[in-house]
Amino acid sequence: MLNKLLSHEPRPGILGWLFSTDHKRIALLYFWTIIFIFLIAGIFALLIRTELFLPGKQTVDSDTYNRLFTLHGVMMVFLVIVPLIPAVMGNYLIPLMIGARDVAFPKLNLLSYWIFLAGVIVILSSLIFGAIDTGWTFYTPYSLKTGGGVLLALFGVFIVGFSSILTGLNFVVTIHRLRAPGMTWSKLPLFVWALYATSLMNVISTPVIGITLLLLILERVFGVGFFDPTKGGDPLMFQHFFWFYSHPVVYIMILPGMGIISELIAVHSRKRIFGYWAMAAAIFGIAFIGFIVWAHHMFVSGMSDVARWIFSFLTFFVAVPTGVKIFNWIATLYKGSIRLTTPMLFALSFLFLFTIGGLTGLWLATIATDVYLHDTYFVVAHFHYVMVGGAITAFFGGLFHWFPKITGRMYNENWGRLGAILIFIGFNLTFFPQFLLGMQGMPRRYWDYLPEFTLLNQISTIGSYTIALGVFVSLLILLLAWIRGQKAPENPWGGATLEWKTSSPPPYYNFEEIPHVEHGPYDFEHLLKKEKVSQ
Amino acid sequence: MLWITNLFPKIGSSYGKEVDNLFWFIFWISLFFFLIVQIAMIYFVVRYRNRREEEVSNIEGNNFLEITWTIIPTIILVIIFFYGVYVFDNFQRRPPANSLEIKVIGHQWWWEFQYPNGYTTRDTLIVPTNKPIKLIMTSTDVIHSFYVRSFRIKEDAVPGRYTWTWFKVVEPGVYDIQCAEYCGSRHSKMIGYIKAVNRNDFESWLASVSKETDLSSLSPVEKGKKLSQIKGCTSCHSVDGSQLVGPTWKGLYSHEVVVLENGKEKKLIADENYLRESILNPNAKIVKGFQNIMPSYQGQLNEDEILSIIEYIKSLK
Amino acid sequence: MEHILEHKHIETTHKDDFSAKLGMWLFLATELLLFAGLFTLYFLFRGIYLPFFHEGQKELQPIIGLINSIVLFIGGLTAVLSISAARKNNKNHLILFLLITILTGLTFLGIKAYEYVLKFEHGLFFNMEHFKSLPNGEKIFFSLYFVMTGIHALHVLIGVVLFSFLLFFAIRGDYNSENYIQVEIGGLYWCLVDLIWMYLFPLLYLVK
Repeated sequence: MLNKLLSHEPRPGILGWLFSTDHKRIALLYFWTIIFIFLIAGIFALLIRTELFLPGKQTVDSDTYNRLFTLHGVMMVFLVIVPLIPAVMGNYLIPLMIGARDVAFPKLNLLSYWIFLAGVIVILSSLIFGAIDTGWTFYTPYSLKTGGGVLLALFGVFIVGFSSILTGLNFVVTIHRLRAPGMTWSKLPLFVWALYATSLMNVISTPVIGITLLLLILERVFGVGFFDPTKGGDPLMFQHFFWFYSHPVVYIMILPGMGIISELIAVHSRKRIFGYWAMAAAIFGIAFIGFIVWAHHMFVSGMSDVARWIFSFLTFFVAVPTGVKIFNWIATLYKGSIRLTTPMLFALSFLFLFTIGGLTGLWLATIATDVYLHDTYFVVAHFHYVMVGGAITAFFGGLFHWFPKITGRMYNENWGRLGAILIFIGFNLTFFPQFLLGMQGMPRRYWDYLPEFTLLNQISTIGSYTIALGVFVSLLILLLAWIRGQKAPENPWGGATLEWKTSSPPPYYNFEEIPHVEHGPYDFEHLLKKEKVSQ
Repeated sequence: MLWITNLFPKIGSSYGKEVDNLFWFIFWISLFFFLIVQIAMIYFVVRYRNRREEEVSNIEGNNFLEITWTIIPTIILVIIFFYGVYVFDNFQRRPPANSLEIKVIGHQWWWEFQYPNGYTTRDTLIVPTNKPIKLIMTSTDVIHSFYVRSFRIKEDAVPGRYTWTWFKVVEPGVYDIQCAEYCGSRHSKMIGYIKAVNRNDFESWLASVSKETDLSSLSPVEKGKKLSQIKGCTSCHSVDGSQLVGPTWKGLYSHEVVVLENGKEKKLIADENYLRESILNPNAKIVKGFQNIMPSYQGQLNEDEILSIIEYIKSLK
Repeated sequence: MEHILEHKHIETTHKDDFSAKLGMWLFLATELLLFAGLFTLYFLFRGIYLPFFHEGQKELQPIIGLINSIVLFIGGLTAVLSISAARKNNKNHLILFLLITILTGLTFLGIKAYEYVLKFEHGLFFNMEHFKSLPNGEKIFFSLYFVMTGIHALHVLIGVVLFSFLLFFAIRGDYNSENYIQVEIGGLYWCLVDLIWMYLFPLLYLVK
């Protein structure tokens, strides 16, 4: 009976979308939901920056402000950056890139989306009941005592976790079992490698945040007491449990972005990625090390000194595979044929912004300097550089790159470049001053601040409005292109991965015939030869 | 370069310089790698822009390069790690044996400092210069973090356990303390100050306040006033009519108050019993328009102290 | 496009037993990690509050726990037997074993409920007077007891629901020696639930 409702073939209307088991439709369902949340959380960011334009109250009181930054964090981390690239681009592209007709479990895929949507609704409903003001990190005992819609927010995040687990599971099985004939592991696009590692990480780490949030819910409802010192519990135990997931989650957020960057740089330099196996190994290096460094968020928490040394030591090592990736991308540019398309501008922007973000991590990994910089704006700048300058920038690059494939239309390149440049300028204007604020000693999550921090805050606020403008321009031109852009060919960029070997957009069954793969994902030479032959 | 070094707050502590030196060490290394990467990127983009595709070189990789740019960064990173541990272990975590121990208790939203003679101050910590001070810290409610940027120190104050940090002030002066772990509504208003004075001034101050720990010589109103500051009442209740987290005390006594009792609205006159109940069982009646966040002072004030505070409130017409 | 579909039905879904099993193993890994978190919590607190854990343990009845273990183990056995019944195309046995598995699950839950009621009668639940008067270490012990056995019981309940669906499909005749992957992965799930109990029982009830 349920089977009659679900359909792999496209059906019209909203129900046709909500009950479609086609990975491409599910990807777009995720896209619209996530962009909606992204815009809301982005507006919260603008409200935060507006309040911080001057010391003292400008627009909202401290209780509202505390809810704004909490919701901004909760929504951006759990509802935007974690699912964005995997659920949107992973869903759309993985089957295409490996030459399959869909993922291994299409119905489970749709269920993942419904679960995600349910979680979104629950989190949004917490806004009606007083919202939440604990910070996205939910530290106890404060999160046990504060009022508002805390239970709903926690429960919503808990629900969304299941979506991540099921999608991750789906992708792992898909990549193992549904590769087209000839698609060996050595011919897998690096985007697929990145998503494979991310999916494994999702499967392993999400249950831990699940149990942590569940325990927090039980603490609030039943007064359980594991994390409450008045009941014999330990607030630091909460922190360990929380960060055991939440540190790997930042690598879950960046690895898919890195996967996109590999695709963008290869295609828009017409050159294969330098050091393919080093790049694949580096992905797993980052994933593995990501699991053993969590307590570097706790250097001033009261944890033992020995623990601090151990986690500091381990943290440095994540810079090694990360550096390898950056060097390999730069080496790819060498003697390539570089086109400054919009996707390429985003990719170059990534190389600039993510490098800054990654390097500033060094100050935070070093215990002695972290003591000074922890919980200041230096940390806020660091993570925005890697998460927004990294993952979101990569997403936008991928969005423009695969837009012609997904919609069958081309966007206006000049406006696209303008959007990319505005976002780049706005981003630096917003967040670079925040490094300086951290050095000056401004703590984070501050509604009010000492007067000497004013000028840098003002520059940062102006920057935030610039980002908003850039995002607005970018999304607007994509919308316009979707409605009335020029028709896009099958392969506008000359990509060598399999998604470019079918129509734009692809038919619901992806390929007329499952391709037999003979060439690698970055074999542009053979494409060139083919072009010459057909001329 | 100079203006960027001036961003750091002036160092007031003995080992602050060590932390700053480490900061700049990491800066130069990072800048070096940043420039290599960015200059190469920009150069390649400019040089190879729109190159003829036939000229694209299809290098697959270079194992020597991979090994080099794995090993060299690893070595540099390990060096930074050891330098970091050196500063942390030898300075930030090595209080001299003759340190003066002062207790720090974090509250929502104020700092309590307890000196060896039992005297406590609120929000201002008075210390002698050139004497190592070890702070033993905890909190009565949620996690706070004791952060003195001029000293380059920070450590959380956690309920249910003791944490510690130490410093030695070299320059007399006033240095701000900011709470650096989000703790609710007035997290950003929990500003304190360290007042560092020369040793003689400190000794004489400490001697003079020893008499003040004994409040018994004060009149009830004066005693109530002192208690309301020491116990943190005035961090939420103003005495001049201004609106803070809690209702103002000015003009409170014997005036009408609208409260919520079990969710139902009720009007009453604020008398001694109402004030006493509000101190010991604040959840019973919540003044309309305010949140139910006042902690109970049961066990923290004896009858005499409660009466003094009530007398003080009565005096605020 | 309609033209193509008329002449050539492109199969976009497929049957792949290995994928189903791989997917189930991955899902089981997530369950293990969830309980691993709980076990970690247990060990950490046990390290801090050992004497209190001993005191608290005295309130538990190992005999009841043992009976429950046997019940669950029988269910695990019949879950596996149902797989071989399906493989051998024996519909009657399949239905029988699935039914017994469900009944063992329900029995387990019933006995667990009885245990909980015993605790409530002794005032040993959150916010009850006696519970509130316990020293912190014992409070933590009982909190762990309720949370860990509670979440495990929830998983047994989910198993019962799952197997009820399997039973329904089995009666309907969906399974045969070619097509029994759902019974297999159902069996895998039940085995996990058994496995977790095999660690939970001694840790909470027996270990001194």
